[in-house]
Amino acid sequence: MAKTEIRIGGLGGQGVILCASVIGKAASIYEGKHATLIQAFGPEARGSACSAQVTVSDSVIGYPYVTNLDILAVMSQDAYNLFAPTLKPGGTLLYEEELVKLGDSLPEGVKTYPIPATRLAEEVGRRLVLNIVMTGFFAGVTGLCSFEAFRSATLDSVPKGTEDLNLKALQKGYEHGTKLIAAT
Amino acid sequence: MKADPKGVLTGVHFMDGDHAACEGAIAAGCRFAAGYPITPSTEVVERFAARIPKVGGVFIQMEDEIASSIAIQGAAWAGKKVMSVTSGPGLSLMMEHIGFAVWTETPSVWVDVQRCGPSTGLPTQPAQQDMQQIKWGSHGDYEIIALSPNSPQECFDLMITAFNLSETYRCPVFFMMDEVVGHMTERVEIPPADKIEVTPRKYTNKKPSEFTLYATTQDDLAPEMIKAGDGYKIHTTGLTHDDRGYPVMTAAAQKKMMDRLIEKIRRNLHKLVDVRMDNCDGADIVVVSYGITSRIAQAAIDEARAKGLKVGHARLVICWPFPESLFREMASKIKAFVFPELNMGQMVRELDRAVSGKARIIPVPHAGGTVHEPEIILNAILEAVR
Repeated sequence: MAKTEIRIGGLGGQGVILCASVIGKAASIYEGKHATLIQAFGPEARGSACSAQVTVSDSVIGYPYVTNLDILAVMSQDAYNLFAPTLKPGGTLLYEEELVKLGDSLPEGVKTYPIPATRLAEEVGRRLVLNIVMTGFFAGVTGLCSFEAFRSATLDSVPKGTEDLNLKALQKGYEHGTKLIAAT
Repeated sequence: MKADPKGVLTGVHFMDGDHAACEGAIAAGCRFAAGYPITPSTEVVERFAARIPKVGGVFIQMEDEIASSIAIQGAAWAGKKVMSVTSGPGLSLMMEHIGFAVWTETPSVWVDVQRCGPSTGLPTQPAQQDMQQIKWGSHGDYEIIALSPNSPQECFDLMITAFNLSETYRCPVFFMMDEVVGHMTERVEIPPADKIEVTPRKYTNKKPSEFTLYATTQDDLAPEMIKAGDGYKIHTTGLTHDDRGYPVMTAAAQKKMMDRLIEKIRRNLHKLVDVRMDNCDGADIVVVSYGITSRIAQAAIDEARAKGLKVGHARLVICWPFPESLFREMASKIKAFVFPELNMGQMVRELDRAVSGKARIIPVPHAGGTVHEPEIILNAILEAVR
């Protein structure tokens, strides 16, 4: 009964929820697993803290909240400060290396994977696709679902007319992730 | 009758409960909704407002919930399947018109995405605190039907059941969601329209001169309906009325109406039982639950079973009418019930009444604002076996 508990954190407007949604979709629609997404629901507005929880499992998910965090992906310092201590020992941290500085609050044995996601998004064409670069990076590092599943989930989630841009962003993040994994 | 394909978004989606509830309503044939935005229910009507012009229907954002709750009843009498959607204080404002829907027998679905009260409470956090209010909140005596989904998929599936029941019984049907189920996103499979069974409105075949608005038969206590504008001269009112719909201010008329409207549901109690049973036969303890709490309870039950305990799970899908006789019979075969709810003990009062001392009942109340910790429910199970 493999179960993976994930949290995505960042700022409102960065596309945190979409990133989480693509992961959930890739797992539950394109890979036949179960996935539950819960987004922090509150007075979040553009520029303030925003986060989403995704649980992915081979069996039916009962309790919907994340309690034993396996993977954390953060795109802001605040999100890192808030959620990094909740990672389980030996968990996985993915972070936007130009927006997040690692502190000493990481639980023991956490594996850390940096990515200059904003810069890579700019290289692809628009800074806006930072979240999809992060999603590709998540796919590359974690291997939670096949790249094909992430590709389909991305196509299914982004606005019409932006598919090429977003697929390039996904690919860019994915390659960065697989390279890091190959090097370890 | 099969669903109108125009309203059915066939396919596999990754969708939250609010949106799935809206799709269920549209698939069920809902073509009019009125509401006033209120967290955490707003997304239901937001989606309805975006989708319904393409399907062929109307959404009106009214000035408040009082207006919304009566606008839908006008639309129902004009031939539409209708719903209103609200939460918290909005539900309180609707109370008088819920009684109007009961007394005029207006088919209508009332969606309540429950949040914490009383008053403004915690608008963005879950609760199951309106379970008794929907049954008793409007003045007078009446029976209603209420369903409680525990996932986005059920928000779709059970919404169709809710609309079908409101047509069959011509009474308000409540769709009791909560903030977690409403805002949780999961896989939702919407079948093709020809796989969705919808109950059409029971329109009369009689000519206007032969039709009596509230005439019923011994076998079917829900009268036939007409559509305003089709040439039938009708009168319906919140006053106590005779079969023609005209006010009659006597105790005899009151008794006749009350008996039929109560009996309309009570005589059909056996058809209105939907309790999902999991290993209740041979169990020592049965956990009773509904809505989001059923998923939390399942985590506790799994742990208890891992300890070798014989624990069953009885999940209420239809909460009202409460399945009294089912639990009365079960009570003599088990040691205890454990009943977690996101309130201070509401539906457990019904269980208590049904069981009337034949088994121990351990309520697991919660003030709301989040869901139970599974350990709290587990502890109650452990206490029950002691």
